[in-house]
Amino acid sequence: MSLHATTSQTVGPFFEIGFSWLYRDNLAGPVVSGERLEISGRILDGDGKPVPDGIVEIWQANSYGKYAHPDDPQEKPVERGFTGYGRVPTDEEGRFRFATIKPGRVPGPDGKPQAPHIAVSVFTRGLLRRLTTRIYFPDEHGNTEDFALKLVDAGRRGTLIARKIDGRPGMLEWDVILQGPGETVFFDV
Amino acid sequence: MKKIPGYRRVYAGTQPPHLHPPYVSSLKRAPLQALVPLPHTLSEITGPVFGTEIGDVKACDLTRQHPGEPLGERIVVSGRVLDEDSRPVPHTLVEIWQANAAGRYLHSRDQHNAPLDPNFTGCGHARTDAEGRYRFVTIRPGEYPWGNHYNAWRPAHIHFSLFGPAFATRLVTQMYFPGDPLIPYDTIFNCTDDENARNRLISLFDWDTTVPLQAMGYRFDIVLSGRESTPMESRPHGENS
Repeated sequence: MSLHATTSQTVGPFFEIGFSWLYRDNLAGPVVSGERLEISGRILDGDGKPVPDGIVEIWQANSYGKYAHPDDPQEKPVERGFTGYGRVPTDEEGRFRFATIKPGRVPGPDGKPQAPHIAVSVFTRGLLRRLTTRIYFPDEHGNTEDFALKLVDAGRRGTLIARKIDGRPGMLEWDVILQGPGETVFFDV
Repeated sequence: MKKIPGYRRVYAGTQPPHLHPPYVSSLKRAPLQALVPLPHTLSEITGPVFGTEIGDVKACDLTRQHPGEPLGERIVVSGRVLDEDSRPVPHTLVEIWQANAAGRYLHSRDQHNAPLDPNFTGCGHARTDAEGRYRFVTIRPGEYPWGNHYNAWRPAHIHFSLFGPAFATRLVTQMYFPGDPLIPYDTIFNCTDDENARNRLISLFDWDTTVPLQAMGYRFDIVLSGRESTPMESRPHGENS
C-alpha cells in the first residue's frame, strides 16, 4: 500500500451551499415496490439540545434486498426509480424526515441474511468525521439473529431500532443521540 | 455467491478523533462510547451511483453561474481522486462549497460582516473522468473570523465531498492553500495527529494547470480507502478500529 486515505474534516455549518442540490427526502418513486414508510427523528447533542446544522445520508437496498450498485452480485431485480440514496438536512428543531420503502434482506458476512436495515451517515458542524450507524425495524424477527446487532451490547441495541408511532401506521421514529445517556451506537466502518 | 473484498480501515493517526477539545463544537457532539467495528458487508461495499444528475457544465465553473463575474482572484482547482493503491477512482461525484473572496458564505447563519457577492454562490460539483481527474474553476476564497476562541480565523479553504465506489469510502474534507499563515493556528486543520496527513490537505501551486493571463492553478489530489486484499467474509472483527 502506497497511499493513505485523505484526512477527514468537518462539514462545518454551511454545508447546505454544497449539499442542497442533492437533497432527496423521498427515495421511492410511485411505482417502486415495497412497504412505504416515513422515518423521522431528531439529532440531539450531549446536552439534549437539537442539532440544527446536521445532515443525514441514507443508503439502502430495494424491497428485494438488492442494491443499485455494480458490486451487488445477487440475482435479484434492480428497480427503475429507486437508487437507494437519500440526503436530508435537520431543521431548527434538529428534525429530519424521509420517505422510503422497507428494504429487503441482504447477505451478511457468513452468507446468512441480515435483518432489514438502512445504512446511515451523519454529518454535523462539530463532527470532524462522519458518524455511521444503521436503522433497523421494529417487530422484525430477523433482528435477533442479525450479525451486526449481535456485535452491540444488548443494552444499546435499541438505539438502532426505529420505533412505531401509535395510531400512525407506516410512520417510524428514530433519533440520533450524538453523546451521553442513550447515545446512539455508531459503527466503525 | 462471489466473495467481494471490503475496504481498508483507517491508518493510525491519519484521521481525526471525534473529540478534539480545541475545536469547541466537538465537545458536545462527539460520541463518548467506543465505535463498534463493523465487518464490511454488501451494505458497506456498495454505495450511491451518480450519473445523469450532473449534467450542468456550469456546475464545475463557479465563476459562470450568474450574469456577472464574481469578484476575486480566479483560480483553477484540479486533481485526481485515487484509491490507496494509487488507482484512479473514475466517474465519482465530487462536490465543493466555499466562501466568496471576502470570506463570506451565502448562508443565513453566516453573520460575518463582509459583503456577499451577487455573482457568486460558492457551490460546485463534477464527476471524475476515466482517469479519476476533476477540475473546477472558481475564485480564491477569503479567510474569515469564527467564534471558536478569541481572535480565531479560518485559513482560506474549500470544502470537498466525495462518495467513491462504496458507503465505506465516503469522505468530506477541506482543501487549504500553500503559504497561508493561518494554517498552523487552525484548530480544524490541526485535529489530525499525523503531520504528513495534515499537510496533504494543502494544495500545491501548479504551473501545468495555470491558465496564462487567466487563472492560477492549484492541484489537490484526494485519496479514498482502498480495497482489502482479503475477502470481506474472512475479515477478523475489530481490526484496526
